[in-house]
Amino acid sequence: MEALIVNALLALMMVSVVVLARTRNLFAVIVLAGLYSFLMATVMVALDAVDVAMTEAAVGAGVSTVLLLGALHLCRSEEAKPAHKPWLPLAVTATTGLVLVYGTWDLPAFSDAEAPIHKHVAPRYLEEGPRETGIPNMVTAVLASYRGYDTLGETTVVFTAGAGIIALLRRRRRSAADKEAP
Amino acid sequence: MTRDMVLRVVAKLLIPFILLFALYVQFHGDFGPGGGFQAGVIFAAAMVFYAVIYGLDNARRVLPDWLVESMIAAGVLLYLGVGFAGLLLGGNFLDYFVLDPEPVAGQHRGIFWVEAGVAITVSGVMLKIFYLFAGRGTDGEQ
Amino acid sequence: MFAHIWSHFDYWAMLFLAMAGLFIVIARGNLIKKLVGLGIFQTSVYLLYLGPAKIVGGTAPIVDAAFKVYSNPLPHVLILTAIVVGVATLALGLALVVRIREAYGTIEEDEVLRRDVQPAGEEAQQ
Repeated sequence: MEALIVNALLALMMVSVVVLARTRNLFAVIVLAGLYSFLMATVMVALDAVDVAMTEAAVGAGVSTVLLLGALHLCRSEEAKPAHKPWLPLAVTATTGLVLVYGTWDLPAFSDAEAPIHKHVAPRYLEEGPRETGIPNMVTAVLASYRGYDTLGETTVVFTAGAGIIALLRRRRRSAADKEAP
Repeated sequence: MTRDMVLRVVAKLLIPFILLFALYVQFHGDFGPGGGFQAGVIFAAAMVFYAVIYGLDNARRVLPDWLVESMIAAGVLLYLGVGFAGLLLGGNFLDYFVLDPEPVAGQHRGIFWVEAGVAITVSGVMLKIFYLFAGRGTDGEQ
Repeated sequence: MFAHIWSHFDYWAMLFLAMAGLFIVIARGNLIKKLVGLGIFQTSVYLLYLGPAKIVGGTAPIVDAAFKVYSNPLPHVLILTAIVVGVATLALGLALVVRIREAYGTIEEDEVLRRDVQPAGEEAQQ
């Protein structure tokens, strides 16, 4: 039953992406990208990844849409130009997809409790975590305590992105004489 | 949008609850879904909502540019500070067990401050990016 | 055979989404649409990690006395980081697109390339 829900949502996402690829109106593209993010957040809830779903809904469907709309307003572009005949890209992506399907043929089935991913570190985190860190939410415990170094790197990445955007988009104050120069 | 009565009233009603929800998500990240990233983004979303309804200049008066830029750096420095506090108190870098005489309470303290640092940086960056994108068009393109 | 396809459908849906994102990046010329396609590609990779983490009959990895089986928390942590890094790169890409628009007057890729190789003609017009 759960597999049915997840697969149905994934099918909806596939449809929305196909429509997005064919749409030329950029505002519609941005709205479809927001729809895709919301569907992704729903799939994540169905997969019991509640922290990730909250982050994807807030970041992917919220902040990303705002940034894309802001950039669209600044660029003042309404429509993408008609595409060239896409036979070569279609062939390349189809070939890559088929090769990857062959590569993922033997991966563990959906919801396989005997998969190797559940054997190593995860049982230790789930058993020892509440005792060692004292908090019930294992994702926060792993994120902030067991893998705190990675989170430091991630915060630095966010900081660097902010610094880069400030460097790109900051306006220096120009004097009136400079504004009239060609 | 300042002239639209419905939008102004709804914004006035909703923005305090959104800010409260951001704080809830931040502090209850230990017991339910949540944590620093989500809280930072929700806080930035509340401020973006305010800026969209009441104007960018009003938003800049509430949270001026220098404050937002300081927030971006302050979060990373807070995180590094917790790491170095572990070092200075005798443990390893980012060791939480030494932050308190009782190790589990030390973990609580470390996780609290680390998540606070993350939330401050993420909300500062998201808000600053919005200020830059929204303010660029109104500066006028000569 | 059909059971194998049904149990692996989440991987192949993820591959379809990734290939669609890749197609948008390489086949479409508008820079904002390319960035959206890149975002789709990034987001589809999250499914590759979150799919195997789920155990049917379990619950979210918040430890409580009432539940015995939990989803694997480790991929959730990795994907949390990946989502935030993804939006950071999207924001930087959009800032670059805004600057390109101000420098070239267009955000279509072939227009930008055309104007890039003809600067002498532009200067002669001014």
